[in-house]
Amino acid sequence: MSTTALTPAMKLQRRASRRRNALYLVLIVIGLLAPLAIYPVFLMKVLCFALFACAFNLLLGYAGLLSFGHAAFLATGGYFTGIMLASYPGLTPELGILIGTLAAVVLGTFFGVLSIRRQGIYFAMVTLALAQMMFFFFIQAPFTGGEDGLHGVPRGELFGLISLADNLNMYYFVLAVFVIGFAIIQRTVHSPFGQVLKAIRENEPRAVSLGYNVDAYKLVAFVLSAGLAGLAGSTKTVVFQLASLTDAHWHMSGEVILMTLLGGVGTLFGPVVGAGLVVSLQTQLAQSPLGNWVSVILGLIFVVCVLSFRSGIVGEIQKMVRKNFK
Amino acid sequence: MTMIFGVPLMVFMGQLMLGLINGAFYALLSLGLAVIFGLLKIVNFAHGAMYMLGAFATLLGFQYLGLNYWVALLLVPLVVGGLGMVIERLILRRIAHLDHLYGLLLTFGLALIFEGTLINFFGVSGSSYPTPAALQGGMNLGFMFLPTYRAWVLVAALVVCLGTWFVIERTRLGAYLRAGTENPALMQAFGVNVPQLITLTYGFGVALAAFAGVLAAPLYPVSPTMGSSLLIVVFAVVVIGGMGSILGAVITGLAMGLIEGLTKVYYPEAANTVIFLVMILVLLLRPAGLFGKEA
Repeated sequence: MSTTALTPAMKLQRRASRRRNALYLVLIVIGLLAPLAIYPVFLMKVLCFALFACAFNLLLGYAGLLSFGHAAFLATGGYFTGIMLASYPGLTPELGILIGTLAAVVLGTFFGVLSIRRQGIYFAMVTLALAQMMFFFFIQAPFTGGEDGLHGVPRGELFGLISLADNLNMYYFVLAVFVIGFAIIQRTVHSPFGQVLKAIRENEPRAVSLGYNVDAYKLVAFVLSAGLAGLAGSTKTVVFQLASLTDAHWHMSGEVILMTLLGGVGTLFGPVVGAGLVVSLQTQLAQSPLGNWVSVILGLIFVVCVLSFRSGIVGEIQKMVRKNFK
Repeated sequence: MTMIFGVPLMVFMGQLMLGLINGAFYALLSLGLAVIFGLLKIVNFAHGAMYMLGAFATLLGFQYLGLNYWVALLLVPLVVGGLGMVIERLILRRIAHLDHLYGLLLTFGLALIFEGTLINFFGVSGSSYPTPAALQGGMNLGFMFLPTYRAWVLVAALVVCLGTWFVIERTRLGAYLRAGTENPALMQAFGVNVPQLITLTYGFGVALAAFAGVLAAPLYPVSPTMGSSLLIVVFAVVVIGGMGSILGAVITGLAMGLIEGLTKVYYPEAANTVIFLVMILVLLLRPAGLFGKEA
């Protein structure tokens, strides 16, 4: 192939990536300024769930694997971080988060090896069952506080220097964690590895026939997704100083699916938008007379999304842009 | 008193019986899932909700309309099955051409709606439904005490499971169903009304779940969340057995109930998780499932 034949395509690609970088810059500036306008604790909640949803989307959107058990990783990260920080006062929060994330990686490896042995609908059922097993484990284990959960996890001082008790400091730390997590996902998706994942999603038998070790690719994607979900859970525990069974419940696995679906499966920003909307909705509804109807409303959104809005908000916008500004 | 591995015989048999009853529910529910999956290729996440609706319809029918148990046993599966057919006709059909994961997500949404609505009206604590007069009491078999209602549940569940097997494997309608599972387009070309068959199948699968719900009403507290936790275990049972075979689903269901009962006797801490552990073992040793012939 001559290089001149590729040049227009490369030019287009370069322009697209320049535009993307500008977008990222704008978003980071917005992220830095956001706590001036919005309550930082709410923002941190959104960021944690956004990272959780992005991690989930890496698996569903780019590898085509629907996990119905991602709550297990969120909870594992949260519990391990909580236990470590509560029992070792000298431990700094970033190390606590690292340990929680590693625990989720280990669990993810275990779940991944088991669940990728089945495909499609069975994969979803296997992950759901494994997560439910973890739920029972967390109820019975002596170190999780059972139904009450872990309370009063200290936020501590970042690197032993910066006090995270201050909400603004905490917010910028969470923002940094989110940006790192998002960057890992962005790099993964746009790497050759990500391209192979998409190939597997589109046509697994063909990927096998092309010589790719499909199971290895799926496993790496699964572990990566589990680890990032654990990172989200660990960070969330530090923010709210609490790890509870809510995070391990299958409702949570359902919620992260909804966030991703609503925002747009297989789009980078979809899960962020979805998480923002779902968390806002929950916060708003909790204060309104409709507070008891949250799960019904989430169910309705699910049905509407699947029936008529399958690309999600970001997906629909992308479609519109592509149609009108080609 | 006779002891079995350090456990009194009465206790041992009693727990086995409880396990077998649970197994009967696993069998009924996984059977319904398998029938629906065969033709519609979707996993019905609303199955637990339908089981719960069956139990609630029984309870409410008794409280507000004075319907007795036997009427409920006939009427409730028909009503809930009818609701299922309406759902299939109005909602599921629209996404039949899509990836089957969407069916799972859609029925998950439906399950949230049903469960959430009932929680709002009845809370989560659950109420009890009286055991029908004819089935009260029990008999002493010498080695164990057998409550009549539990014996009835076991018999009724087995009869319905075997009846379903007979209809699907031995009748003309069942032949259509099996053919539709293999190749719906060809069936349609031969002049069989496949969409109607799909509606009926979904209704039937849902009716099985509702029937299980009626059976469960006098046994367990009737609460809006009774279905979802059971359904996840049933999913594990389905993964263990595979959804390819009717008898396979029934046998796996009963066997898992028994294993759960045995665990309760010897290591109660693991009783909640033992079925998931069996699932892990099966995935490692026989990934397609015990009766599975996965493509």
